[in-house]
Amino acid sequence: MLVRFFLGLREAGVPASVTEFLSLLRALEARVASLSAQEFYWLGRMALVKDERHFDRYDRVFAEHFAGAERAFAALMADVPPDWLKSLAERLFTEEERRKVESLGGWDKLLETLRERLREQKERHEGGNKWIGTNGTSPFGSGGYNPEGVRIGSQGQRQRRAVKVWEAREYRNLDDRRELGTRNLKMALRRLRRFAREGAADQLDLDGTIDATARNAGWLDLKLVPERRNAVKVLLLLDIGGSMDDHVRACEELFSAARSEFKHLKTFYFHNCVYESLWQDNRRRHSARTSTLELLRTFNPDWRVVMVGDATMSPHEIVQPGGSVEHWNDEPGTAWMQRLTAHFPRLAWLNPEPEERWEWTPSVGMLRELVGGRMFPLTLEGLDRATTSLRRAGAASPGGRPPGNGPVGAGPSGPFSPSPTRP
Amino acid sequence: MTDRFGGTDRYIATPDLEMAVNASVTLGRPLLIKGEPGTGKTQLALEVARSLDRPIFEWHVKSTSKAQHGLYEYDAVSRLRDSQLGEARVADIRNYIVRGKLWEAFASEVQPVLLIDEIDKADIEFPNDLLRELDRMEFYVHETRELVQARHRPVIIITSNNEKELPDAFLRRCFFHYIRFPDAETMQRIVEVHHPGLKRELLAEALGAFYRVRETPGLKKKPSTSELLDWIKLLLAEDIPPEALRSDDPKKSIPPLYGALIKNEQDVHLFEQLVFLSRRTR
Repeated sequence: MLVRFFLGLREAGVPASVTEFLSLLRALEARVASLSAQEFYWLGRMALVKDERHFDRYDRVFAEHFAGAERAFAALMADVPPDWLKSLAERLFTEEERRKVESLGGWDKLLETLRERLREQKERHEGGNKWIGTNGTSPFGSGGYNPEGVRIGSQGQRQRRAVKVWEAREYRNLDDRRELGTRNLKMALRRLRRFAREGAADQLDLDGTIDATARNAGWLDLKLVPERRNAVKVLLLLDIGGSMDDHVRACEELFSAARSEFKHLKTFYFHNCVYESLWQDNRRRHSARTSTLELLRTFNPDWRVVMVGDATMSPHEIVQPGGSVEHWNDEPGTAWMQRLTAHFPRLAWLNPEPEERWEWTPSVGMLRELVGGRMFPLTLEGLDRATTSLRRAGAASPGGRPPGNGPVGAGPSGPFSPSPTRP
Repeated sequence: MTDRFGGTDRYIATPDLEMAVNASVTLGRPLLIKGEPGTGKTQLALEVARSLDRPIFEWHVKSTSKAQHGLYEYDAVSRLRDSQLGEARVADIRNYIVRGKLWEAFASEVQPVLLIDEIDKADIEFPNDLLRELDRMEFYVHETRELVQARHRPVIIITSNNEKELPDAFLRRCFFHYIRFPDAETMQRIVEVHHPGLKRELLAEALGAFYRVRETPGLKKKPSTSELLDWIKLLLAEDIPPEALRSDDPKKSIPPLYGALIKNEQDVHLFEQLVFLSRRTR
């Protein structure tokens, strides 16, 4: 029975190992927990789940396993965030339809129809209907996982009834990232490291000491230097929602890798194109936004900017004031992109779409031009090229040139290229 | 000497936390504690040691810490200096092996509690370098060619603030507990433990004001338990009446002495703005 529970956990994406399972069995043998469901719940969580972001998955598997409810995996799939629903609605509005509407009534008409379509989608989904149905998921189904329904219960009761703890799913909010095999990405990002000696002098400088001791006629004279540390600062701007849903996994991998690799890492999100504000937390994307101007003031040009997005959108969204699909923007995306590139000389755009497909989407070409040709595919090889470009000073970027594998890109990226900051 | 931890007169532990500690004591596995800053992660180790009546060894990890620091350090520099001064102790290398916290805990006569505080501050490789030591509770001193083994498996409590991901191999060897932010009822018990005999009315008002501040959207650093306790201490010292904390009085809707709760200049600014706005809409 417990083996099935364990396998169920692994299936739901909790990275529990056999060692951990055995230690749970040993703990049960040692009678650490009494024979209550509540204590078993705690013990199992403590032994098998090592990351609070996975608590929610554990809760679901536990509830499923011990209540005999529907399969947990269906529940996982059903747990669609509201933003995702919205983006799905946006995606339903096909390129073809856009073109058709545009030929009929132009930009204003397009906006209006889009709004209409969104409204329509909203009604449909409340009715519980087919566009969700065809995908084989039912977001607000029998599980009753209403996004508004479950909140972290800071006002809740302390002694809940046993079953309630996992049914309340208090760790729902924490399950937003994935820890995957990120080693390769880390290795690629590692090339961005820049070592500098900063802080207190606490390491023995052997060469300096020998030199000083010799000058001192053999009397020891210790010389200390500060430790070398990675001093690179990275600002990560991620496109989220809409067509980016297809690339969530790749972005999560990149994010996990970057998070452990850089000490100075800040992450902001945008949708399709950068406008006057960004946000740091997707759950509060409408309430807690950071103005882009503030971003430009806060981070000096020392920061390297990595933008991740598929750059796939209607050209309106880039060049037109009010072109954003989400809100009214007074200034077009081009103005904001130009401000960003002017402020941060070291900037690269990573595109998860395959490079061959770029030329089929006009907006990709426009953004590629806006970032001075520094758009690279989100692959290991592309990441290598991006880090090479980021290591160079901004002026030496391959402006306007297509980022091919030609001799231009390959020359300075060789392993023996001198790096000016390495002491 | 007891073997079960059940909170102390100074520390309120939730039942799941009690069980986590007891399981790791019984099975001799390290216990990894995570949670918001200020929820008493470090305090837990001190209280476990106190309640089980064991000696405690604290190893505070910094960004420059190496795993080796916890085992031992060979002070080659002072040996070199001594040799120049012709001291007799130079001959024995053991005089220059400085024991680290882990060694001290291993050498303890009774089963000790070892706190490894803020392990996420160190380099990515730091936890990996401790795998064997935590698993087998032994290590090898190369300079003197001796094997140091723990006399008693210490109770190891490790805290992390989640600044870095910890490696899987390390996590597999630990039990894990996430300290959730206490709900209102637990918080009341915590405050009562720290300030016994606090007027009920003042406590209720203070907690109300505290949770209101915590709910303020967009705060960079939410106030936590330790800040609440400081704030109540200040309220008591200033002898602030409970009425002053009530927020339906528009003129005083900023709680007094809020500097103890909000530590960030931008947060203070944001908070004042919000209060100003809410006054205007009234």
